[in-house]
Amino acid sequence: MAAATSTIDLSAALVTAPVPIGHWFAILPVAHCITLGAVLLMLRAHLRLQAWLAISGLAMLALIDAALLAKVAAEGPLTMVMGRWLPPFGIAFTVDLFGALMAFTSALVALAAGIYALADIGESGRRYGFFPLLMLLMAGVTGAFLTGDVFNLYVWFEVLLISSFGLIILGSERQQIDGALKYAVLNLIATTLFLIGVGILYAVFGTLNMADIAARSRDLRATAPLMTLASLFLLAFAMKAAAFPVNFWLPASYHTPRIVVSALFAGLLTKVGIYALIRVVVMLLPVERQELSPLIALAAAATILVGALGALAENDIRRLFGYVVISGIGNMLAGVALGSPGGGISGAVFYALHSMVLMTALYLAAGEIARRGGGFLLSGLGGLYRQSGGFTALSLVLFLAACGLPPFSGFWPKVILVKASLDSGAWWLAAVILVGGFLTTIAFGRLFLLAYWRPAPTAAMPSAAVWRTGLPLAALTALIVGFGILPERLLALSQAAAAGLADPQAYLHSVFPGGAQ
Amino acid sequence: MEPLLAILVGLFFAAAIYLMLSKFTIRIMLGIAILGNAVNLLLFTSGRLTREVPPIIPAGLDALPAGTANPLPQALILTAIVISFSFLAFLLVLTYRAYQDLGTDDTSEMRAAEPDNRPLPPLGY
Repeated sequence: MAAATSTIDLSAALVTAPVPIGHWFAILPVAHCITLGAVLLMLRAHLRLQAWLAISGLAMLALIDAALLAKVAAEGPLTMVMGRWLPPFGIAFTVDLFGALMAFTSALVALAAGIYALADIGESGRRYGFFPLLMLLMAGVTGAFLTGDVFNLYVWFEVLLISSFGLIILGSERQQIDGALKYAVLNLIATTLFLIGVGILYAVFGTLNMADIAARSRDLRATAPLMTLASLFLLAFAMKAAAFPVNFWLPASYHTPRIVVSALFAGLLTKVGIYALIRVVVMLLPVERQELSPLIALAAAATILVGALGALAENDIRRLFGYVVISGIGNMLAGVALGSPGGGISGAVFYALHSMVLMTALYLAAGEIARRGGGFLLSGLGGLYRQSGGFTALSLVLFLAACGLPPFSGFWPKVILVKASLDSGAWWLAAVILVGGFLTTIAFGRLFLLAYWRPAPTAAMPSAAVWRTGLPLAALTALIVGFGILPERLLALSQAAAAGLADPQAYLHSVFPGGAQ
Repeated sequence: MEPLLAILVGLFFAAAIYLMLSKFTIRIMLGIAILGNAVNLLLFTSGRLTREVPPIIPAGLDALPAGTANPLPQALILTAIVISFSFLAFLLVLTYRAYQDLGTDDTSEMRAAEPDNRPLPPLGY
């Protein structure tokens, strides 16, 4: 039952004119990823060529995303509608500042992981299709960040999900199959929950275009079950992002695949969940978010504490980092719960961007720790400081950034979040964020003490360092240091992105140039 | 028609959730299959349910006449069916492989990734 008559002039939507050339830019990153994925699949017999083509393709993707970000930052949101079937009929790709920022960061992270994979993924992994799957994963991730249609968002979720299934069982060890089964089943259920939400959304609004929904939700508030919808979306995306009551699949699976796959997942996939949560709950259903905010705040607090305590109790550093991912998600959820565009949301956006880079870097560092120390278990590690001072300094930077200590990029979003929670009177949430940071600091202090300062229990035989692992790690760390010392630009961008989410007039205008009201 | 389908969707969801709460992977897979169908029917019900007028634009008009069936849910379901079918196929293969490799289909005994007797982390320096 398509609801209420539209206020938009529908007859204009049927006028067919070619899509303006400039609009194609909005879909270019996704088209690039899919095309390259297909080409790489065809090159499966030429493994060296495939790897280098994939890496240059990822560099290209980063350039395209950077150009898109620059364009969106300068000119405001950009919309492309498929086949010029104007909204609310056609599928729209609408790129706003939030989406462009996330897409650009994800491309940087994927490029770093792709270079690292040259050393980490052996010939069997490449034969299995690591690089094509990586490109398709990026297509899914980028598509999710750029789309302006709720059902289309679901489709991109599935694209990234099926590629992530392929990546997580790369190697087919017993452990990986076990981890993959839990990951696959729970993520599929989360995506199905999302689809249920989409079905009800369509029944209520009669449209799936995000701008159209944002414009209409005000009028339907009195009659439609929007609270049910918001809760459904909240549950589905919280499960994707691994927030507290539905987080147990993450520590069960993220430590099983190859380290570079773990790094990609930790950097990108949970952040896609948070992105969708912010997009749907904050932008489309803002009043419902406000109603749900005590619940979100509780979930956020529990997520922070569960993550921090889990990190304290772990012996395997990959699982330890998995818990750090979870506690970071808690911080972003706290931002969503606070909801003020200048404080909570911009803090969450900044934290998500920082966390993408940081989590990837942490897992890549874990791979490096294992290579130098001979394993992932804290009980067997030691003597890394004596082995290499440079790597120790680099790890310390990452650890301090993860704890949220200055002068690294983790510090600023925490300041914003704590200030926002104190401003809105939620002193207990500020306390939880600070205590979570403190517990994480202890967990990382323990890791540093045991793996770096302690004399090596067994004489490990590290192989020589290679640029393929060192370069991406150093580049990501440089980003973290850079945005810690000079945060103004990113701060301004994330505040502008949050303002665009809270008041989506520019977004609406980009989809309906003629005016929606 | 709608109340009937709504009840059917509810029954499907109940059966799917009941099956997915099981410890045995094969029942979980059956639950997922039913869940996928439940969602497809839900999508179908969320559009207009009519069977009299097909969504075809007659000659001389450039929009659908009133009272036609809604083509959009059908497009959505088509996408959802393709996706859920491919995922189910993948999951079935994965389950079979897990059964072969881990020697059990009881999820509480699948502890390859998280063994029960993991060593304690070092408690002192």
